[in-house]
Amino acid sequence: MSKLILLGDEAIAQAAIDAGLSGMYAYPGTPSTEIMEYIQSSRDASSRNIHHEWSANEKTAMEAALGMSYTGKRAMVAMKHVGLNVAADGFINSAMTGVNGGVIVVAADDPSMHSSQNEQDSRFYGKFAFVPVFEPSNQQEAYDMVFEAFEVSEKYKVPVLFRITTRLAHSRSAVNQKDKLEQKEFNMPSDLRQFVLLPAIARRKFKVLLSNFESLAEDEKCQINNQYIEGDDKSMGVVACGLAYNYLMENCKEGACRFPVVKIGFYPVREELLARLKSECDQILVLEEGFPVFEELMKGVPGSDYRIRGRLDGSLPRDGELNPNLVAKALGLRSGYGKDIPDVVRKRPPSLCKGCGHADMYNALNDALKEYGPGRVFSDIGCYTLGALPPFNAINSCVDMGASVTMAIGAADGGLFPSVAVIGDSTFTHSGMTGLLDAVIKNSPVTVIISDNSTTGMTGGQKSHATNRLESICEGLGVEKKHIRTIIPLRKNHNENTVIMKEEIAFKGVSVIISQRECIQTAVRRKKKEREKK
Amino acid sequence: MKNDIILSGVGGQGILSIAAVIGYAAVENNLYLKQAEVHGMSQRGGDVQSHFRFSDKPVASDLIPYGEADLILSVEPMEALRYLPWLSDKGWLVTNSKPFINIPDYPDEDELHAQIKKIKNNLIVDADTIAKDTGSARAANIVMLGAASHFIELPFQSLQNAIRKLFARKGDEIIDLNLKALTAGREQYNK
Repeated sequence: MSKLILLGDEAIAQAAIDAGLSGMYAYPGTPSTEIMEYIQSSRDASSRNIHHEWSANEKTAMEAALGMSYTGKRAMVAMKHVGLNVAADGFINSAMTGVNGGVIVVAADDPSMHSSQNEQDSRFYGKFAFVPVFEPSNQQEAYDMVFEAFEVSEKYKVPVLFRITTRLAHSRSAVNQKDKLEQKEFNMPSDLRQFVLLPAIARRKFKVLLSNFESLAEDEKCQINNQYIEGDDKSMGVVACGLAYNYLMENCKEGACRFPVVKIGFYPVREELLARLKSECDQILVLEEGFPVFEELMKGVPGSDYRIRGRLDGSLPRDGELNPNLVAKALGLRSGYGKDIPDVVRKRPPSLCKGCGHADMYNALNDALKEYGPGRVFSDIGCYTLGALPPFNAINSCVDMGASVTMAIGAADGGLFPSVAVIGDSTFTHSGMTGLLDAVIKNSPVTVIISDNSTTGMTGGQKSHATNRLESICEGLGVEKKHIRTIIPLRKNHNENTVIMKEEIAFKGVSVIISQRECIQTAVRRKKKEREKK
Repeated sequence: MKNDIILSGVGGQGILSIAAVIGYAAVENNLYLKQAEVHGMSQRGGDVQSHFRFSDKPVASDLIPYGEADLILSVEPMEALRYLPWLSDKGWLVTNSKPFINIPDYPDEDELHAQIKKIKNNLIVDADTIAKDTGSARAANIVMLGAASHFIELPFQSLQNAIRKLFARKGDEIIDLNLKALTAGREQYNK
């Protein structure tokens, strides 16, 4: 057994390898990306022949993991919180079918929106789907819980949700490694109708799912992750979910909390545990990263005198991630403060890299659209979203993966002309293609610019499914060949590119402009690798 | 014993390499550690920071509380000031003097330096020039680590060992350049 220094993401990945994983499925998304990346670069994983290719999107990843489970093998699927929206159909129905080999679905939430468009709390999905949720507080727990989660998944034949947040995903600490388990043998489901959700079968299966969810709240092995920690001062009890426990302990300098604490690492939680805390303490403070999921549960019927404190009563902020200082305040403790940030410090927002192809594309697009005025460009999720900021001020939307194409269609339906979509290559194959088919079917007067840097750039340069396939995909979807134009976004081509854009924007049908130039970050890394080989 | 360090800079300036060196050195000394870092959107030229904590006792929070950092180690002067709420009264602020200007309203340098000098324990190092003089312009981050090493409670030799480990795959020449940069940085201050 060795000790490793790992990010939370990496601890989950290493644990999965060690617990006999056969297939890893994912689409990149901060803060979850490093789970797949770790498996891709792990010698252990390649010697064990663990599947480790990126999927087109989170839904295809989820479903492929379920397919791996069908063969009796263990599978993991990882995504950022909003990725679970994309995978939700597969995820929720996988609870209905149940699994054969164990399935862990890792959802990495991003409270405070460090790199996301919202801060939803994935624990809701657990309850929504009647799926058990593990929520580790540190890297070691993350490692250990993966082993448990696979066992629970196989025992109850249900997928397991594994919820982490940014500060665990992207924080390193020491992890003790366990002995490796063998991968599961190929083993088809004993009931070949298990995965057939015809209504008659589904009705029966739903009852099983509901009853299992109740059993999970009483399962000793699961409830080990929820602990009652004694404390002498009963003026308050504290519920600390996942990572929030660390912030609580940071404020207990003597190494123990004076208040009784219920530390939560697994949902559903045995009710008795909470009932005891409530009966012993005068009030309860709920510390949880994300939404007040647990606080609402504890509050119960309004009108009761019993005080539950947390994000809803103002003891903690309603939004954003927790930190040691916010928790100190909620505990009634004083905390330190250095000095204020001097006024001379300016904001430094992220920006497109020097020499980025997206920049040249936007410069051409802005010139091409000048005659029509502002407000005509729908965009999407990726580095090119930075086109919303100066000096470009070029885009008017960033909603969800693929929405640029479909919003452009709807706006064209509503009378906007021209109506332009700007989408990245990887986002296009993630969720843009189906929208483009809609446009083709009804011959929408839209221009779709695929800003193709041949990688998934924002998350650090993962392989893109779209590379070298965009023209044939667009042609296959039915876009007329003469309206699929390819440009190379370089300053020297600016005038020529602007003319091409003007032509296609003026065309009153579906046109696609592929603006193709390699991401300069991946280009630099590729050239460095090539030099090292020589 | 506990050491809380904020590493700061702009995405792409190499603060994660500094963190990796301190990490190896802390492990060599059998210390507990937690290191929170920034990935994703901010890495595109935005402000980035890493909270590095090590101690002989287990570390609870991945984030350093306000007012408790023993050291702000910054590879960029304006970024050094962004984390003042975390700096303790006795803490040190060690920063590179060379600005990284990628915003239109970057402040006046003299004004920045004046603010830095208001901090009781400050050390401003021209890391870019020192790095160039030692033969590796890209090792400015390691020069900064060397300068700050006086305020990091780890044996200097452990930092040297860590550099050998971190750059092992890149060959002896790169290791030597970085060791030189580390020492040159260290010489910027006499305790």
